[in-house]
Amino acid sequence: MEAPETFTSGIGQCRVSDLLVVDRVSRFFGGLAAVAGVSLHVDKGELVGLIGPNGAGKTTVFNLLTGVYAPNEGDISFMGRRLNGMRPSRVAASGIARTFQNIRLFPSLTVLQNVMVGAHIRARTGLMAAIAQSLGQRSEDARLRGECLSILERLDLDGLADEQSTSLPYGQQRRLEIARALATSPRLLLLDEPAAGMNPQEKADLMVLIQRLREDYDLTILLIEHDMRLVMGICERIYVLDYGQIIAEGNPEEISTNPEVIAAYLGTEVV
Amino acid sequence: MAPWLIKRILGLCGGAGCLAALSILLSRNLETYYYLVLIQCGIAATLAVSLNLINGITGQFSIGHAGFYAVGAYVGAAWTVLWRPVLAHHLSFLEIGVPQGDILNLLIALVFGACAAGITGLIVGAPSLRLRGDYLAILTLGFGEVIRVILLNVDAVGGARGLSGIPTLVSSGDLAAFWVFGSLCLVTLLTRNLMQSSRGLSWLAVREDEIAAEAMGVDTTRVKVTAFVIGSMFAGAAGVLYAHFFTGISPDIFGMDVSIMITTMVVLAGTGSATGAILAGFVLTALPEVFRFLKDYRMLIFSVTLIVIMLTRPQGFLGNRELGFGTFARLWKRLRRSPAVSGNAE
Repeated sequence: MEAPETFTSGIGQCRVSDLLVVDRVSRFFGGLAAVAGVSLHVDKGELVGLIGPNGAGKTTVFNLLTGVYAPNEGDISFMGRRLNGMRPSRVAASGIARTFQNIRLFPSLTVLQNVMVGAHIRARTGLMAAIAQSLGQRSEDARLRGECLSILERLDLDGLADEQSTSLPYGQQRRLEIARALATSPRLLLLDEPAAGMNPQEKADLMVLIQRLREDYDLTILLIEHDMRLVMGICERIYVLDYGQIIAEGNPEEISTNPEVIAAYLGTEVV
Repeated sequence: MAPWLIKRILGLCGGAGCLAALSILLSRNLETYYYLVLIQCGIAATLAVSLNLINGITGQFSIGHAGFYAVGAYVGAAWTVLWRPVLAHHLSFLEIGVPQGDILNLLIALVFGACAAGITGLIVGAPSLRLRGDYLAILTLGFGEVIRVILLNVDAVGGARGLSGIPTLVSSGDLAAFWVFGSLCLVTLLTRNLMQSSRGLSWLAVREDEIAAEAMGVDTTRVKVTAFVIGSMFAGAAGVLYAHFFTGISPDIFGMDVSIMITTMVVLAGTGSATGAILAGFVLTALPEVFRFLKDYRMLIFSVTLIVIMLTRPQGFLGNRELGFGTFARLWKRLRRSPAVSGNAE
C-alpha cells in the first residue's frame, strides 16, 4: 500500500511533505497588526527565505513560530501538531530551534557550556540524579559533551570550547548561536539574520556552512536575511513580507523580478 | 545496589563521622563565646548558600529569605514544644510511645520545618516567579514582612513574645556543630553537584538569558520554582537548627534586616559562587563581633567596611569562581615558587 499523500492535522488537510504549516496567522499589538493573515508552508528538507523591509514583521513571525507570542488568529502546525499557545520550551522540544537577530548567548558561560544548554533538552536523567551524580547521569553528560564537541568541530569552533562565549568575535558568536540551536537536534532551524554584521568573506563562508549543515544534519531551514546575495544564492523558495502580509512567494528569479517586491523595497514612484 | 551509590553513601557516612568527631572536639575545647559565634556563622552560611541557589544561580532577586527561615524555625519549634506533647498525650491512651530521643526528635523537627518552608516557597514562588527583577524583589520583601506580622499576631505561637523553652536538641551530645555544618555541607554539595551537570547549566542559563534559555528548551518557570523550593527548604532547616540551639524565637529575629543581610552575603559572594557565599556568611557574621570593642560605633564601621568591600571587589569575593582543593593546591604552588623566582633574580 502506498503511503497517504495527505493527512488531517489540527488545521485541516496537510501534505505529508509539509513540515510546517502556518494558516492565516495574525498577531496584534494594540491596534497594530504586526502580522496579518500570514499563510506559509515549509516542506521537509527545504531551505526557505523570509525577506521584507525593516518592520515588516519577519521577527514577529519567528516569535509566533517559537511560542514567544501566541497568535491572535490562525493556526500553526508542525509535523501535524498544533503549536498555538505552546510555551517556547515545549516548541523547542518538539523540534524547532532558532537563533536570534540580536545575539543572545549566555554571556558568562563558556562556548561548550552554551552548547551543552542546548543539548540538555535531550537529557533523560532527572534532578535527583544530577544532585546525586549518579552513574547514569554522568555517562549521559559525557555522551552529550561528546556530541556538543562534535557540533563545535563542524562549525570550526572546537578550539574555543573553553573560551567565554562573549569573548569571541562577532562572526564566531553567530556561529556559536547556530551550534547551540543544533545541539537541540532540531528538525526545523530558524535563522534570524545569520549574516548580520558579517563581512563579505564571512558571508560567503556562512552560505557554504548553511548548506553543509543542512545536508549533515538533515535539516529544514527557514531564514530571515537582508543580504540579497545570500538569500538569492541559497534559498530555494522565498516569501516576501511587507506590512505584516505576504506579498509574494516564489523562487529567487521570480522574486527578484516581481514588481510588487521591487516596489516594497524601493518604493513606487509618485506620479 | 549500584556500586556508585554505595560509594556515595560510604562517602557521606565517612564525612558525617569526621564532622561529628570535629563537632565534639570543638564543643568541648572552644570557649563558649567563640563557639556561639561559630554556630551563628554556620547558620548564616547555610542561609547564604541556600539563597545563592535562588539569587546567584537562577538569578531571581529574592529579598525575603528570612520569611522561610522563620517558617522553618516556628514549625520545627511548634513540633517540639506544642504538637509533640499533645501527640504524646493522645498516644498514651493507645499505649503507643511518642518518638523518644533527642536526635530522632530533631530529625522530625528538621523534616517538618524544611517541608513547611518548602511548601511555603512553592506557594509564594509559583505565581510570583513570573515577575522579573524589581517586581520580584518587592514581592519577596513583602512576603517576608507578611510572615513576620502573622507570627506577631498568632497567639498560639506566642505572638510578640515568641516561643521560648525550646529544648536544646541541637546541642545534645555536643553535636551542634555537626548539625549546623552538616546542613551547610549538604546544601553546598547539592549546589556543586548540580553545577557540574548539564541540568545545572540549564539553571545558569535562566540567569544569563531567560528568553534564550526558554528557546533552548529550558522550562524556565519550572527551574525557578524548583530552585526557590530547594532554597526555602534549606532556609527552613537553618531555622529549625537556630530554634533548637538558642532555645527561644520571636518574630523580631526574622525581620527585614535579616533578609537584607542574607542577600548582602550572596551579592558579596559573587554571582553564584557557593563557596563565596560561605565565606561571606562567615565574614558578615563575625565582623560585627570583631568590631564589638567599638561599642556604639560598631555597626557604623561595619557598614563602612561593606562599602569598602563592594568598591574594591565589585564582582564579589570570588566572582563566579568556586573555592576547592584545586584552588588551594595552585595557591600553595605559587607560594612555593615565588621565593625561588626572587632568588634567581638576585
